Amino acid sequence: MQDTLNYTLKDFKSENEVRWCPGCGDHAVLNAIQKAMANLGVRHEDFAVISGIGCSSRFPYYMSTYGFHTIHGRAAAIASGVKCANPKLMVWEITGDGDALAIGGNHFIHAIRRNIDFNIILFNNKIYGLTKGQYSPTTDRGFVTKTSPMGTIEDPFVPGQLVLGAGGTFFARCVDNNLKHSQEVFEEAAKFKGTSVVEVLQNCVIFNDGVHEAISDPKTREEHQIFLKHGEPMIFGNNKDKGITMEKGKLKVVQIGEGGANLEDILVHDATDQDGFLQHSLINMKLPDFPVAMGVIRAVPSKVYNEAMDAQIAEAKAKSKITSIDQLLSSGNTWTVE
Amino acid sequence: MSIETKVIELEEVSIRFSGDSGDGMQLTGTLFSDTSSLLGNDISTFPDYPSEIRAPQGTVAGVSGFQIQFGNKKVSTPGDLAHVLVAMNPAAVKANAKFMNPGGTIFYDSDSFNQKNFEKAKFTTDDPFTELNLIDFNKVPVPITQLTREALKDLEIDNKSILRSKNMFALGLICWVFSRPLDYIENYITKKFGKKELVLESNLRVLHAGYNYAWNLQHMTPRYVVHPAPIEKGLYRNISGNVATAWGLLAAAEKAGLELFIGSYPITPATEVLQALSERKDLGVKSFQAEDEIAGICTTIGAAFAGDLAVTSTSGPGFALKSEALGLGVIAELPLVVVNVQRGGPSTGLPTKTEQSDLMQTLYGRNGESPVVVVAASTPSDCFHYAYMSAKIALERMVPVVLLTDGFLGNGTEPWKVTLLADLPPITPRFAKDVTTYKPYKRDPKTLAREWAFPGMEGFQHRIGGLEKDAAGNVSHDPANHQLMCEIRRDKVEAVADMLPLLEVVGETSGDLLVVGWGGTLGHLDTAVRELQTKGTKVSLAHFNYIKPLPANTAEVFSKFDKIVVCELNLGQFVGYLRDKMPDYKYHQFNKVQGLPFTIHELSAHFLKLIAE
Repeated sequence: MQDTLNYTLKDFKSENEVRWCPGCGDHAVLNAIQKAMANLGVRHEDFAVISGIGCSSRFPYYMSTYGFHTIHGRAAAIASGVKCANPKLMVWEITGDGDALAIGGNHFIHAIRRNIDFNIILFNNKIYGLTKGQYSPTTDRGFVTKTSPMGTIEDPFVPGQLVLGAGGTFFARCVDNNLKHSQEVFEEAAKFKGTSVVEVLQNCVIFNDGVHEAISDPKTREEHQIFLKHGEPMIFGNNKDKGITMEKGKLKVVQIGEGGANLEDILVHDATDQDGFLQHSLINMKLPDFPVAMGVIRAVPSKVYNEAMDAQIAEAKAKSKITSIDQLLSSGNTWTVE
Repeated sequence: MSIETKVIELEEVSIRFSGDSGDGMQLTGTLFSDTSSLLGNDISTFPDYPSEIRAPQGTVAGVSGFQIQFGNKKVSTPGDLAHVLVAMNPAAVKANAKFMNPGGTIFYDSDSFNQKNFEKAKFTTDDPFTELNLIDFNKVPVPITQLTREALKDLEIDNKSILRSKNMFALGLICWVFSRPLDYIENYITKKFGKKELVLESNLRVLHAGYNYAWNLQHMTPRYVVHPAPIEKGLYRNISGNVATAWGLLAAAEKAGLELFIGSYPITPATEVLQALSERKDLGVKSFQAEDEIAGICTTIGAAFAGDLAVTSTSGPGFALKSEALGLGVIAELPLVVVNVQRGGPSTGLPTKTEQSDLMQTLYGRNGESPVVVVAASTPSDCFHYAYMSAKIALERMVPVVLLTDGFLGNGTEPWKVTLLADLPPITPRFAKDVTTYKPYKRDPKTLAREWAFPGMEGFQHRIGGLEKDAAGNVSHDPANHQLMCEIRRDKVEAVADMLPLLEVVGETSGDLLVVGWGGTLGHLDTAVRELQTKGTKVSLAHFNYIKPLPANTAEVFSKFDKIVVCELNLGQFVGYLRDKMPDYKYHQFNKVQGLPFTIHELSAHFLKLIAE
């Protein structure tokens, strides 16, 4: 089947004009997702793209797949219903930091807790763009916005922490301007069975321009990001000469080689570690002391809700004597009036 | 049986079982009513319980009651007032005195009538009956606690378990008084506790102890006989409104050839709908207990988008939380059934009591012009039919349908002549068929319903959403288009009238007074109107099950009566709607918001007064 599906990016583009601001990070993410979809070997009609409200949630209109642009915060719940109703579909939720973590926080954590098999692509630009520049649940403390003229007085959510806290099985991170890496991460997320959360560090060119620049700038990318791969040592830097070690239970950046650490001392990334302690530390790494972790940080195969739902139905059908509504209505305590 | 017993033959009798909410009164009442219907009586039941699962013992707030009326003719209500009260403590007497028929019989656990319990029930004297002015009642003290203890004395069983089986003593006693055999109850207990021998043994012993005690006591109390009711031939079962709702939805799914999805959040008194469907995985039901009410309807919307018969169940406060998402269902034009088992409001209100006060919320409680079809069931068993019809309308007209029931219907039970699938009308979902002409919002010119294509169907890929769109399904902010689309969505709901039955009149089609009701008040209104009719009063009843749209002949029915009175368990919501939709008539209104059903007596008195005015 897979061989016969020769899709390209174009097969996933809709006729609608893309209306994000010129220079918005969303354009690149759209391309990366379309490329990933073309590679997945999934029938075009089996994709369903569900979004909430926000700039990024316009996404389904720019896709040629089945799409549903829903209401603020509820995309995770709606996507859950779509997947459970038809588990053969490949369901993608497109959401933002406000949509998923503020108004939709409850649905976000519960979808993750249940481990329903769909992909949550979380566009994190740390601002409310569609309402023109108010702080979001991921805005850094002290940041000045239209609703925080003296700076915010609250700490932000770190999406990966939330995913781990909710018992999440898959978490990955990528940056909007790194199309090739994003595409790889999206494909990994799609192939994983369970709720896959991908945090995309995305630039809002109008209301929060440059918010991720220190991380995302291609010139310093190799120094400021570490691209994690399962089973490979945690090495980064322009010369691949820096690594992550653990000392006294804490992560540490070390120089590899002369006068520094040996390659054997460098931690090897284990995305499948159920415990998640080390993954938690990786999620928390921040500039300037650490590079920011990119790639698949956690991917722990676990029981999948929609599969368990189907299994229970199959088991009940196999065991029960009731196979139709007529049998149900005639079962139990009935009597006949003659 | 050598002892002579006074046997009284009755047409119908109403019994109320009452005790602490932990005393097992609901089970006692249910077992008694099941036994009665198996004997061929027509029955109607009404559980009346507090919202606290275990309110402080012995207090009036903690009293849980279960009323059943059974008779040898059609029984439409649980009875205004009980003929017999079983009271497990003084608080139960206090809570129920006002629901007693003058001259009725009160069986009470004399062991619990002590100073401590008088104080808990806030009696100021040690004679509760005099204090409540229950002078003309036949009061039968029974040392239930002591006799239960006695029956179980040689079993190794703790005190708590002994006290827990007191309800079986009361049940056995009442079974003798009303000439009910014990075999059904014995079977039930054996099935339930088969594996726990001690529990089984103790329950059976206490049940028989109660029965035998009454037999020995018969010189003190009359024995009642209620003969079977002459009812239509066929297969019968007892069914509650909530289970009937669940099963009606199941029947619709099977008829339509669809899988059934329910996304819901537990809420009193609607939870049993979710439970009853969760039990039916054998029929392929996908039940999803959501994290909140909003996720309940949103998972349902997702399932509707993906091609299932999708339903969600709730009660008033939960319905409020679902409003925004229901609006999405309206603009996306997805087939969706929302069941609202109404309860007393506003806010948390009276969670365990019945009311009809969500009508305005259902009709208008959303942002924007947001019309939905509104259907109301009117008896516990016809919840099956109206749930089925709600699904049929949703699937054939691509529109959200709200089914209103209420706590009285949802928890109430009655015997029901089983309807088999072959006898139900067909359901033809509007599946999209032609890829070449498909557009998401292309409509049937007559019904205005769009076609349903869902993910997985090759060639029908499309996008829908909460934004306004044009006829082709593209997002549109065009002013004239928005008005057009609002009008289309309105007209689509109004067009549903062509598939609805005409409004029927109980009695003559003209007269002095037309009684108008809707939903769960049917039993009471029908009984009151028919009683007055037999006395020659020119009164008729028009009862609505379809609220939006209204049946096509509504105006014609209204025009033939001198006076119209709209009776509802709220402060006048349906009457307000009628004044808006049918402004040519003068409407009197009769309203009650006490968390209780109407009584026949208060209705009849009001109707007579209105005619005389």
